[in-house]
Amino acid sequence: MSRYFTEEHEWVEVEGDIATVGITEYAQQQLGDVVFVDVPAEGKQFDKGDEAAVVESVKAASDVYSPVSGTIVEGNDVLADEPALVNTDPEGDGWFFKLELSDASELEGLMDEGAYKKYVKGL
Amino acid sequence: MSMNNQGRPTRQSVDDAGGVQQTSTGNRALMLEEALIFEISDSTRTGVDLMDAPKVASRLGGLERKAAIGLPGLSEQETVRHYTRLSRQNYAIDLGLFPLGSCTMKHNPRLNEKMARLPGFADIHPLQPIHTVQGALAVIDELGEWLIKLTGMAGVAMSPKAGAHGELCGILAIRSALEARGDKRSVILVPESAHGTNPATAAFVGYQVEDIPANPDGRINLEALIARLGPDVAGVMITNPNTCGLFERDLKTISDAVHEAGGFVYCDGANFNAVVGKVRPGDLGVDAMHINLHKTFSTPHGGGGPGSGPVVFSEALAPFAPLPFVERMDDGRLALIEEESAEDHHASSFGRMVAFHGQMGMFTRALAYILSHGADGLKQVAEDAVLNANYILRSLEDVLDAPFAGAGPCMHEALFSDAGLADGFSTIDIAKGLIDEGFHPMTVYFPLVVHGAMLVEPTETESKAALDQFIGALRSVAERAKAGDASLHSAPHFAPRRRLDETLAARKPVLVWTEPAAEQAEAAE
Repeated sequence: MSRYFTEEHEWVEVEGDIATVGITEYAQQQLGDVVFVDVPAEGKQFDKGDEAAVVESVKAASDVYSPVSGTIVEGNDVLADEPALVNTDPEGDGWFFKLELSDASELEGLMDEGAYKKYVKGL
Repeated sequence: MSMNNQGRPTRQSVDDAGGVQQTSTGNRALMLEEALIFEISDSTRTGVDLMDAPKVASRLGGLERKAAIGLPGLSEQETVRHYTRLSRQNYAIDLGLFPLGSCTMKHNPRLNEKMARLPGFADIHPLQPIHTVQGALAVIDELGEWLIKLTGMAGVAMSPKAGAHGELCGILAIRSALEARGDKRSVILVPESAHGTNPATAAFVGYQVEDIPANPDGRINLEALIARLGPDVAGVMITNPNTCGLFERDLKTISDAVHEAGGFVYCDGANFNAVVGKVRPGDLGVDAMHINLHKTFSTPHGGGGPGSGPVVFSEALAPFAPLPFVERMDDGRLALIEEESAEDHHASSFGRMVAFHGQMGMFTRALAYILSHGADGLKQVAEDAVLNANYILRSLEDVLDAPFAGAGPCMHEALFSDAGLADGFSTIDIAKGLIDEGFHPMTVYFPLVVHGAMLVEPTETESKAALDQFIGALRSVAERAKAGDASLHSAPHFAPRRRLDETLAARKPVLVWTEPAAEQAEAAE
């Protein structure tokens, strides 16, 4: 099990060929209080970089991109009623969606935790 | 019935009154507390005395309304007082400086109002015989001519009802022009410095939107834009001056490159106030641009009146402009070109956007404004608007971070960021603190390219004394935020309502008033 990060502040946790995607602690801090989350439905297919979910805070609405290509196996429906989970536990219970990887080699282009921390520091 | 002046969560607390005891009514001298209209009404009162409806045979087949309709019951005086009291809790351009960036909240001259109320303009109907409304059509025609002249363009569509509606008009014309030459292009480029409505408009018309990054100086990254041009790009949407309050110096180069690549240039003219009389967008290669009459030409907006967003077109796009429009005949009479009459000489029109001719009241006001200023006066409008914005920028750059101040003068608006505030303080604290100082806050957290943005547009109609007062207020609030004055976190303290919990309001919005359960039970007995 390993975790990857993108420059758009998404994280990906991979277990077998299933990837769980959410936004990072840094992203939730920048967004402020999240008030609405729209997660994709099961069966939807995304290419790497496609807009897969929407997150709205009191400050702004942002797209969440799919960091890898694949087919959605589950969206986190809890977020519809409890968008605050994205603020309180962004890298745990506040995950957005799980997808079945179609090309595991795409993970190679992503950052690991150390590289992401460095990247955020430079912002 | 009860005046709910105790339990409301948004009321200021006693502490906020500086230790002074709360009054028994909740009023604070002339600042009157006002309940919701449903809380002060009951069904036994009415403002009008209507006769009982005569008994008629129903043809509604059992669908007649049985229950009460739920309208509040108040006398005329109570109704007038309710809304007058609420209006006193509001802020308006007629009360003070309204610094909202990108909104051009300038004074609305009363002469415009007088003209718009002339019965020949105010009391006519769009379906009246054409020979009885020649004067009104002449106003539309003359205003259109002025807009064409001021922008250096070839044609104008007067009917769009607001800025975003004008954008839609312009992008539809671009799509029609491309379709007419059988060109299937699918992408509209929108720089980061453009207005937020631009990408929404392009998406609404069915285009894919692609962002073009900004340079560190706040302008479009020319290389990135030119590199992205190609046979799939229908056009670009550029706001000039842009939302950072900067003039896009490369617009002509961009237009030439876009045209070379077979695309069109849409310019968002919402910030035209900064350049009116000084720059003609047509000379910069713009193909379509909307003009917010309610900004640049001082027709009321922001709750005071409807918008109006005429669109000017280049030679290339003019044939696709929407119907209807006014045209002067050879004998001097004015005619309306509509679907039937357009067939022989405006057959490429993309169609109709609104039922009739646009916002007549706004046309009259805008023309009155233009004629009372004249060409030289309009030029001075732009110069004074820019001067005022720069006065604010330079007066505050020592206390607030001004990210693009080093790049030279700004245009019509000054942009600040939240850099340098004490830990835990943000733009929202400054905005709320300004309310206590008696000012409507500036535009906040927009544009997105600047962290914690504060966008101030004073317009040309403010005097130096008014600007100094505003600068003094903003300086004092900014200094408190830099010093970490914790009381700013709960500002405003002197407004009719305390700071709202925006998160709670967005997560659990209460959209309708429901009668308190206790009263319902009482009514049931």
